[in-house]
Amino acid sequence: MTAAVEDRQSLRQWLLTDAPLGRTQARLGRFYSNWLALRRNPLAMAGVAIVVGLLLLAAIGPSLFSASPYAQILTDRLEAPSGEHWFGTDQLGRDIFIRVVYGSRITLMLIALVSVIVVPVGLLVGTVAGYFGGLLDILLMRVTDLFLALPRLVLALAIASALGPSIQNVIIAIAITSWPPYARLARAETLTTRKSDYVMAAKMQGASHAHIIWNHIVPLCLPSIIVRLTLDMAGIVLIAAGLGFLGMGAQPPSPEWGAMVSTGRDYILDQFWVATLPGAAIFVVSLGFNLLGDGLRDVFDPKAAGHKA
Amino acid sequence: MSETPLLQVEDLRVSYQGRVGPVPAVRGISFTLGRERLGIVGESGSGKSTIGRAILGLLPNNATVTARQLRLHDVDLLHASKRALRDIRGRRISMVLQDPKFSLNPVMTVGRQIAESYRVHRSASATEARRKTLEMLDAVRIDNPERVYDLYPHEVSGGMGQRVMIAMMLIPEPELLIADEPTSALDVTVQAQLLVLINELIARRGMGLILISHNLNLVASFCDRVVVMYAGRVMETCKAAELDRAQHPYTKGLLACRPLIDRAQPELPQLARDPSWLDGPVAA
Amino acid sequence: MGRWRPDAVIEIADVTISFGSGAHRIDAVRGVSFKVAQGEAFGLVGESGCGKSTLLRAIAGLQDTAGGTIALAGHSVGARRTRAERRLVQMVFQDPYGSLNPTHTVDRILAEPLAIQGLDNVDQRIEQALGEVGMGSQHRFRYPHQISGGQRQRIAIARALIMEPKILLLDEPTSALDLSVQAEILNLLKRVGRNRGLTMLMVSHDLPVIAHMCSRIAVMKRGEIVETLPVDRLRRGEADHAYTRELLASSLETTMAQAN
Repeated sequence: MTAAVEDRQSLRQWLLTDAPLGRTQARLGRFYSNWLALRRNPLAMAGVAIVVGLLLLAAIGPSLFSASPYAQILTDRLEAPSGEHWFGTDQLGRDIFIRVVYGSRITLMLIALVSVIVVPVGLLVGTVAGYFGGLLDILLMRVTDLFLALPRLVLALAIASALGPSIQNVIIAIAITSWPPYARLARAETLTTRKSDYVMAAKMQGASHAHIIWNHIVPLCLPSIIVRLTLDMAGIVLIAAGLGFLGMGAQPPSPEWGAMVSTGRDYILDQFWVATLPGAAIFVVSLGFNLLGDGLRDVFDPKAAGHKA
Repeated sequence: MSETPLLQVEDLRVSYQGRVGPVPAVRGISFTLGRERLGIVGESGSGKSTIGRAILGLLPNNATVTARQLRLHDVDLLHASKRALRDIRGRRISMVLQDPKFSLNPVMTVGRQIAESYRVHRSASATEARRKTLEMLDAVRIDNPERVYDLYPHEVSGGMGQRVMIAMMLIPEPELLIADEPTSALDVTVQAQLLVLINELIARRGMGLILISHNLNLVASFCDRVVVMYAGRVMETCKAAELDRAQHPYTKGLLACRPLIDRAQPELPQLARDPSWLDGPVAA
Repeated sequence: MGRWRPDAVIEIADVTISFGSGAHRIDAVRGVSFKVAQGEAFGLVGESGCGKSTLLRAIAGLQDTAGGTIALAGHSVGARRTRAERRLVQMVFQDPYGSLNPTHTVDRILAEPLAIQGLDNVDQRIEQALGEVGMGSQHRFRYPHQISGGQRQRIAIARALIMEPKILLLDEPTSALDLSVQAEILNLLKRVGRNRGLTMLMVSHDLPVIAHMCSRIAVMKRGEIVETLPVDRLRRGEADHAYTRELLASSLETTMAQAN
């Protein structure tokens, strides 16, 4: 018992040492002290718990429960939550809890794919515009404005009517309309960073523009982008749910949460659980990301990062 | 010096609540101030900047301030209510900070800011306040006060911005002025002019001055008495004129490591920090 | 001032630098000329806005000139420089808190110039650079926020020297540091300058610091050099130009020396 405690103590010491012996140790140490800072914030930890919960649910949830989200037992339709059906059943007799569990995978895929598209595009456009300035900046920013002006819902409807409603098209629609704020954020950070002395020093060493952008500018943009992304995820989940609600997203019988809320609409008065419980799942996930985002913003605050006040 | 000291500080201690525990910034300093110029000099981490704010009660919430005595004349500053402190700030004690870029409101004209400072402490009409402001701008040797009245902070130079700060801080006619690195952001020639101005104003009004600075030369040539701080404690207190005969090894070390313009030194003597200094001053 | 220096490593001839155009044009530097010999330490002193930092940046290759020539180690250079030209001249900046990337470890900061210039023996050079500036290997994998202001400036110096430049430019390297730390850093700079035979060009507003470090000093005002004088004349207060005398008088150090 004590050996385990000792091991943990020495790992902690190794991470927090003020004389790291290598790059990895230094990086892990920094990551660990950020984690400690986050841990001090109970609301942020609640957010972490929810997000981790979502990840776990998506990863192992379906394998834990043998029931199928598509199995229709018409004799059990619209049953209230009970020991057998934890969230009750919907209008086709499908277990809502199982559907929520399977639906978490769709939600997660949605968030992941949107992030993977939005962050690199935003970073690229923003840093290039901010770094080079001049005509390139003007051009890129007007393109950004163009995309910013597109209303998500209308665009999603347009894409759906052109390509057919599906979860992939929802992802495309959301990604296309979500990247501009990241470009603006990256550009704003770049405008400050490119004047700093360490960038000047890199120039004096003969560094290329690409080298400077990748090594000096992008790392400084990342904290605010990560915070923004985390806060955005709540919005992304809601928009996807909204689009699903409108029938633009995953089509039945797919257990996408928004679509579930939509179909449950008809039964809201007498069998409220059909719409409300998937809705609650959407709410909880959004809340989790919001809390996490707020917590991360506090951790990345420059004053807390040890800059001289 | 008058009979009753203007400011009495005894065993002032300030510590901040840090992530892992309390971080002491000031560890028991004492001094008295009459109607004179006192310089508090120290390097970064000495706690000198904290003192000014502690006297005015302007420290953040995570700071704990204790003292055996902290009084302005008859007023107990340590236990004063928030309201009482608000009345004292500006009216009886004023503070001038380092960079006018950061201490002046960027969206108000400088004249309006000074006038506001006047009206906060005295109920006066707008016209009266404006008249007083123009008078004050003249007193701080600003040419063409009428024109400068309508300028915004970003339209005035650093030196002029500091004069505006001084005007703003002196218009309510306080008894004590605390100047926290008032000339550090300024050029050398402007520095000299500004100090002459401050000197004149406080002498004329019979005020006390606490000048906080890291610049030993400045404090030595401008103040009457000097308090040397290190690691939150006072190492030495002496008359400015007697600074070159300082006793404490820290003061002596600090004086020695200045590059001198009239003497060539192949290498500057370096200050060797003695850990025993952390425990307090050497008996003079 | 016009003496012919056969081995001038820095030659500035009639350099003009301006910002903006037309009615809004600001001439930061107007027709400045001087030469610095091999191994010499030359000082540029003046108040804010006199153009000294702008001129330094032009020599560093960070700023375009509107006219005149800058020649380093014999050949003319512009704002766009080749890799070899970049290796020739390095700079130590004023703010120790802004000159190191906060997301990079000391190791990475020192390894970067080596990678860009394609130099080998990275580990050895880094250890050597740390030793030269008086920092131990326990600092190697620290982040800038874990080391003090004076230590950061030492790393900045190490970074400048790791590429073995011939010329070291110093932009107020100690004005943001405590007095005791300033003494250490100035001693360090003098030492490395001597050991490596560096030619140094230092910009400052602080006369005692410039007098300590440099053998010749040029006084700038509003973009022009008003006077160039050797340090011993400056020390004796034998300045020709009224502005130089004004600077000397304002430098409080002299008032204190006179008072004593």
